[in-house]
Amino acid sequence: MSKMPDSSLITPKALKHLKKRRAADARFRLYGIAAIVFALSALALLVIAIGTRAYSATTQYVYQTEVLLQADLVAPEGETSEAEITRNIEGFYTLVRDKLFTEFPEATQSQATRQELSELVNRLAVLPLAERVAANPTLIGKSIKVRVPLSDDLDLYFKGSSPKDVTVRVGSAGKVQTDAEGSINLTGTPGLSKVVSTRSLLEEGQTTGSVLLAGGDAVARVEALTADAARLTLLTGELEDLTQTPLIAHIIPLPEAERPISDQQIAWAIALKKAGNARRVLHTSLLTHTDSTYPELAGTLAAIVGSLLTMMVTACVAIPMGIFAAVYLEEFAPRNRLTNLIEVNINNLAAVPSIVFGLLGASLLLGTFGLPRSAPIVGGLVLALLILPVVIIASRASLRSVPPSIRSGALAVGASRMQAVFHHVLPLAAPGMFTGAILGMARALGETAPLLLIGMVAFVAEVPNSATDEATALPVLIYSWASNAERAWEPMTAAAIVILLSLLVIMNVVVVFLRRRFERRW
Amino acid sequence: MDTVGPAKADLALTGEGADNTQALTYPRIDCKNVSVYYDDKQAVFDVSLAIHDRAVTALIGPSGCGKSTFLRCLNRMNDTIEGAKVTGDIFMEGENINSPDVDPVLLRSRVGMVFQKPNPFPKSIYDNIAYGPRIHGMVDGRDDLDAVVEKSLRRAGLWDEVKDRLTQPGTSLSGGQQQRLCIARAIAVRPEVILMDEPCSALDPIATARIEELIDELRKRYCIVIVTHSMQQAARVSQRTAFFHLGNLVEMGDTDQIFTNPRVRRTEDYITGRFG
Repeated sequence: MSKMPDSSLITPKALKHLKKRRAADARFRLYGIAAIVFALSALALLVIAIGTRAYSATTQYVYQTEVLLQADLVAPEGETSEAEITRNIEGFYTLVRDKLFTEFPEATQSQATRQELSELVNRLAVLPLAERVAANPTLIGKSIKVRVPLSDDLDLYFKGSSPKDVTVRVGSAGKVQTDAEGSINLTGTPGLSKVVSTRSLLEEGQTTGSVLLAGGDAVARVEALTADAARLTLLTGELEDLTQTPLIAHIIPLPEAERPISDQQIAWAIALKKAGNARRVLHTSLLTHTDSTYPELAGTLAAIVGSLLTMMVTACVAIPMGIFAAVYLEEFAPRNRLTNLIEVNINNLAAVPSIVFGLLGASLLLGTFGLPRSAPIVGGLVLALLILPVVIIASRASLRSVPPSIRSGALAVGASRMQAVFHHVLPLAAPGMFTGAILGMARALGETAPLLLIGMVAFVAEVPNSATDEATALPVLIYSWASNAERAWEPMTAAAIVILLSLLVIMNVVVVFLRRRFERRW
Repeated sequence: MDTVGPAKADLALTGEGADNTQALTYPRIDCKNVSVYYDDKQAVFDVSLAIHDRAVTALIGPSGCGKSTFLRCLNRMNDTIEGAKVTGDIFMEGENINSPDVDPVLLRSRVGMVFQKPNPFPKSIYDNIAYGPRIHGMVDGRDDLDAVVEKSLRRAGLWDEVKDRLTQPGTSLSGGQQQRLCIARAIAVRPEVILMDEPCSALDPIATARIEELIDELRKRYCIVIVTHSMQQAARVSQRTAFFHLGNLVEMGDTDQIFTNPRVRRTEDYITGRFG
């Protein structure tokens, strides 16, 4: 053998090239991984942001008590018909309110405090109770356990989001005595120094906020505070109770005038919670109630049903139309200028902004054809038009992926063109077609703009029964909730978004399942 | 140039009843002045030839010579290609199958076809065979269909290999088995003619040998036209050979004569490997 010639594979030049190529390779791989990491973290951020916001809406604070369903209140004129009882919200509300009055007798002293206490429970919150009794009139005269949602402001307070409440353990109370002017003086309580320091930290030296002291069943407001003594005003409970258990101080830095609930209401809330009458329960009404102007009573049921009805109309129109159009264009239509034009237009339609379809629906379906406003049938038709191009394009792509040899095979044994398509091509293309259809449906489910234009943004308090009833849809509900000013709507909106996302996830799972189940190899 | 005379309307000798395993000299298919155009481009020029019953006719020639296109005229598969136009007359048992009055679907049940790449339906082996008889309503009941499936698979030499797994997908078979399945599928609709478009080009030599044996066996019952790139294959399986070049039929004759004593220079050049 002669010496290896210079054309060896391992020359310095070749090595340099190799190194360069490997570096390029590694770089490219890195870019790809970076892109995926970025996408995943964006997704995670989204889920976490919405999830944490929605989390507080998964539970709700309710006032739990037992009421005696007095016949004269719930069914005044001896009326026991379902409609009569359901209409008598005032009577049920009186029952619940009176229960609160017996719990906090001090509130009955003036009209103002009566009003304040009544605000803890919304008047309409007794509607489910009224419906329950109406459905079962034998309950009248009996004592039953009821749960009514507390007002949204109280709910937010309990959940610690607004107003902020910082609790400090004061420890055992010293001596309490009432002086000649009627004010209560607490002395010999060294634990109060902690309250002083915490308060000055929270309020930056000012004393505009409130401090409430809770002990036993009693809650008192601190009027003046020193390191071991305080002047108090009793807000609820008996004075003797205050010293029965170790004191807990609630420091609320926000001045009373700037928050929706007063010190008095907070005092009642603290007492209610302590007595176990204010409970945190699963917020099922989010799924079982219809929309309401009060966040503690609002639910998504009507919007979910509205969305489902709309989707049904969309599916019934867009899927068959899209599939048949795709089959015709792909398998039967001649290739000429006209079909080319149609193809270009279908592709263009897929890129038309959705609000344009809303305008079309408003002017054509509502204006010309006189279909009912705010109805799922109109929404469904508009969304069907919107996703039709997507369904057609996906179906055509999936038909095109069926190898032509399958068609030839069928034709060669004497199948007609129609038989070849329906017996062989369609079954093979079906998973892809359904994937496209469901992805289109998922897009339709999240559409807001076209529905706004055809009036599906109306406030709907009744669950729609048919596609021609007034209805709204989930994304539109989210839109209207998000534009409400009250803070309590924020977690509600997030929760509605989670519901919408779950529906989308379910649809996507169906897609994956269909793919796995029906995908065949050839 | 050897061209066989036009077919006689008298086809008694070529009917199903004739128990003659020898190649008959009477043609089953008689083509006259067949031309094929793809849009404006002409692919086959004025081809006239006769295809004999109970014999294998091989169409040979270099790529793009129009042999496959010509083959596809025989079961009107060119109809399915947009822009394709076939002129001329193709007589089968006295009927012009190229006439617009002839239903290509019916024709294809009498002229089966096997393709270059095995293309079984992604269904069970049984359903692959049963599909044709079912859509043509050739069978009454399950037993009848079972019999047709078995007979077709037996004739295609596949029965012993698949009889225990008829419910398995046809695509799970090996390439050679798939191609025999496709042959069985073609046989199942009881055709008189079987067209084969390079049936072995995707197969290994052993599978090819099996298909060739099968073709030789099938020749006893059917009229077979095979397009092949392999001249050895043409020599091995066919009795008649037609050589195509640039869309023209250059020469046609008995296989022995074409391979040993071609009359046209171009044929000789092609067979001896000087072009192609």
